[in-house]
Amino acid sequence: MDLYTLTAHEIRDMIKEKKISSKEATQSALDRIAQVEDKVESFVTVLGDEAIAQAEKIDAKIASGEEVGALAGVPMALKDNMCTKDVLTTCSSKMLYNFKPPYNATVTEKLAGADTVLLGKVNMDEFAMGSSTENSYYKKTKNPYDITKVPGGSSGGSAASVAADEAFFTLGSDTGGSIRQPAALCGCVGLKPTYGSVSRYGLIAFASSLDQIGPMTKDVKDCAMVLDQIAGYDAKDSTSVNIQHPNFEAALTGDIRGLKIGVPQEYFGQGISEEVTAAVNAALSNMKAEGAEFSDMSLPLNEYALPAYYMISSAEASSNLARFDGVKYGYRAEKFNDLIDLYCQTRSEGFGAEVKRRIMIGTYALSSGYYDAYYKKAQQVRTMIMNDFGKAFETYDVLVTPASPTTAFGIGEKTSDPLEMYMADICTVSVNIGGLPAIVIPCGYDKNGLPIGIQIIGKPFDEATVLNAAYALEKTITKVKPNL
Amino acid sequence: MKYETVIGLEVHAELSTKTKIFCSCKNEFGGEPNTRCCPVCTGMPGTLPVLNKAVVDYAIKAGLATNCSITKYGKQDRKNYFYPDLPKAYQISQFDLPLCQNGYIDIEVDGETRRIGITRIHIEEDAGKLIHDDYGNESMADYNRCGVPLIEIVSEPDMRSPEEARIYLETLKSILEYTEVSDCKMQEGSLRCDVNLSLRPVGQKEFGTRCEMKNVNSFRAAVRAMEYEQKRQAEILDAGGVVEQETRRWDDVKGISTPMRSKEDAQDYRYFPEPDLVPIVVSDEWVEEIRSTIPELPEQRKARYIGEYGLPEYDAFILTSSKKMADFFDGAVADGATPKAVSNWLMGDISKILNDKELEPADIPFTPAQLAKMIALIEKGTISNSAAKKVLDAMFAEPADPEALVEKLGLAQVSDEGAILTMINDVLSQNPQSIADYKAGKDKAMGFLVGQVMRVSKGKANPQMINKLLKEALDKA
Repeated sequence: MDLYTLTAHEIRDMIKEKKISSKEATQSALDRIAQVEDKVESFVTVLGDEAIAQAEKIDAKIASGEEVGALAGVPMALKDNMCTKDVLTTCSSKMLYNFKPPYNATVTEKLAGADTVLLGKVNMDEFAMGSSTENSYYKKTKNPYDITKVPGGSSGGSAASVAADEAFFTLGSDTGGSIRQPAALCGCVGLKPTYGSVSRYGLIAFASSLDQIGPMTKDVKDCAMVLDQIAGYDAKDSTSVNIQHPNFEAALTGDIRGLKIGVPQEYFGQGISEEVTAAVNAALSNMKAEGAEFSDMSLPLNEYALPAYYMISSAEASSNLARFDGVKYGYRAEKFNDLIDLYCQTRSEGFGAEVKRRIMIGTYALSSGYYDAYYKKAQQVRTMIMNDFGKAFETYDVLVTPASPTTAFGIGEKTSDPLEMYMADICTVSVNIGGLPAIVIPCGYDKNGLPIGIQIIGKPFDEATVLNAAYALEKTITKVKPNL
Repeated sequence: MKYETVIGLEVHAELSTKTKIFCSCKNEFGGEPNTRCCPVCTGMPGTLPVLNKAVVDYAIKAGLATNCSITKYGKQDRKNYFYPDLPKAYQISQFDLPLCQNGYIDIEVDGETRRIGITRIHIEEDAGKLIHDDYGNESMADYNRCGVPLIEIVSEPDMRSPEEARIYLETLKSILEYTEVSDCKMQEGSLRCDVNLSLRPVGQKEFGTRCEMKNVNSFRAAVRAMEYEQKRQAEILDAGGVVEQETRRWDDVKGISTPMRSKEDAQDYRYFPEPDLVPIVVSDEWVEEIRSTIPELPEQRKARYIGEYGLPEYDAFILTSSKKMADFFDGAVADGATPKAVSNWLMGDISKILNDKELEPADIPFTPAQLAKMIALIEKGTISNSAAKKVLDAMFAEPADPEALVEKLGLAQVSDEGAILTMINDVLSQNPQSIADYKAGKDKAMGFLVGQVMRVSKGKANPQMINKLLKEALDKA
């Protein structure tokens, strides 16, 4: 048996029980990376020697009987927008081709504190803008189930590396679906926690009011286990919320008797493929068989979520990305005439087309004379959508929807039409607008064997219910590994 | 034509909090470039600001001391612009919900009280500094000042002359000093101001077109810039021209201002709510807690000096316009010195020395108690007034107890009756003619003889005693 095929919690337990060493687990993951990375291309940076050295250190700690962290020895990877001290953190952009932060993100610190092993940094759409990971400056990550297809995005590297068994788990970030949509397309588990659950400190911002870090894992138990390590208040992030989180892993009972599920009809309309609809409906029947109740309901404002999302996220991005100006770090144009030219050349050369498009949309939306019509209006829509969700959760414990309108699409298929690409987020953006927790797990496969994802949305800070519903559903699904 | 000048001021004051506004770096002036900053205040990717609560405390304190109403639900906004001293390419400031609004301060102009409205006070972060290489073609960035907390105090256009504006600035400065919101050190840039000035024909209600002046680094420069601008606009209007709304840069060396940007070039800062920070919610209890920490303000102190010590209004105003000066005064009085004498020394010789040496009252090297002792030495007759001035100079040079300095400099007055009498007798025996003149009723002779005794004593003899003893001796002669 190859260790790399195991889940993170299995690896954790085996290391704890001293059945295997962290070095063995790490070597297995590195071997797997060496074996399939040519095809999948999910890593921007692989930390081979460093990972082995870290694993040996943890093994030594275990051997000496020293107290170790909760995930001691488990190898994992981080999306390349999470700061790792002295390790390249590029956001898959030319702009940060040489950027080694002198500090760690809070999640990096927490996972280091849990004694995990960092295998490397995984690919993404540049600055997390995109739905296919085709916007990376460095490489196009492939879907492990069909390497002619995209892995989704923007956390495509996080999803593909987990699906391809290159990492036991990864972290992704989700601004409009960037964890959940690639999880759906790659058949892994991805959770976007409630806004404020996980510290954003050290996450290179795309849209500050929407960004949230979450686990991408092989199963729901892994997801709960990782969330237990990264959730929690952080004094360095003013928007992190100071509440007591339950132990998510311990809360997984698989008992969903009496769970009230709302099924918003707006998510099953035009553009959602029949196979996706059928798989989600089948999953709902399975959940009913486990004792849950579901009924159709409506989120009437859902259609406004996507435009509001693109206004708000682009506006914040235009400001967040202004700091990449060639002055202090990162890419600087070689030739320029004066200060303004330095900015223009650096930013023209350093950013890719999609990033520039969003900066322009956002700058426009914030401009004097347009602010009220665009940015302010979008914020008003946001409040109304939040109220819509609030009302729904007076009746339902969770809402269930498809995670992506289709299964993985072909590489290059949507790159010429940004609006069509934006529609890939149609099932996921409203959750960010509402600040809610939502998980995506695989619920079946299409006729070509590509994974189909289902999304379970919960009340704010009720990740426990969301995870448990997913856990119960997962037991009814037969998973298929990709054939690489 | 006769014009009325209309002036409004925007004052930026650096707060004297211990740490910066959004990180835990020490809030201190100076230091080697880029040694007083961290990833947060230099806006490195992924870092996040966390508001220093003390900044809100200080801003509210400034607001209460200037009679503002305090915003119960405030927020912070991003002001977006590119410049190399602003590493995030936005400044976190406040746009539509400043912490303090609708206040005023009263100022004294020619014995009359004028009320100047305060539109708003908001909090924001300072930017870094660019250092331009004089020899090469390079500019260097020093980020030490990034994240130093500032308040911007915006006045209503309520001032009608550069002099009024100067008094407003002095008054505002003393309020900020008294409340210890800012150390107001002009030479360190703790206090900076932008001037808005327009003219309108006397009697006209509508305001004229205004110009804003930047780079005004001292109150003196502010007055000069305003006088210059007043004249410049009047000349344009007199010639039948139109004043263009623009921002101008003051050059204090050349004494002129030059256009910086016109209204058309006005930057669009694309303000929007800062999503990395949560709203600032201020409870009534919090406001009251801060209110209870506000000390006696200059206005109240001035009234006390007039009422309790009988100081003239002018003296009281000058003494209280600097908190350090007023604290020094109170200290010396508490140590038993006569208030009027302390006031005279502070306003006279001490202020003169401070001016000559370009020092602030905070830089006085000796203690109020030492000044009190020096005054006591004069009153006891141990030293003369002119000797006291020498003692004061010495106290500035090397702070020591006045008694020790009197001893060291040999300035003690001779008040020993016997010693003075011996000198008088010597002088009289050498000046028989003067005695005769005195007897003949020539008053000048007395003056001459006093001078002679003083000369013999090398200036140390107590003048009152010379007068008394000489008169007795002459009457007996």
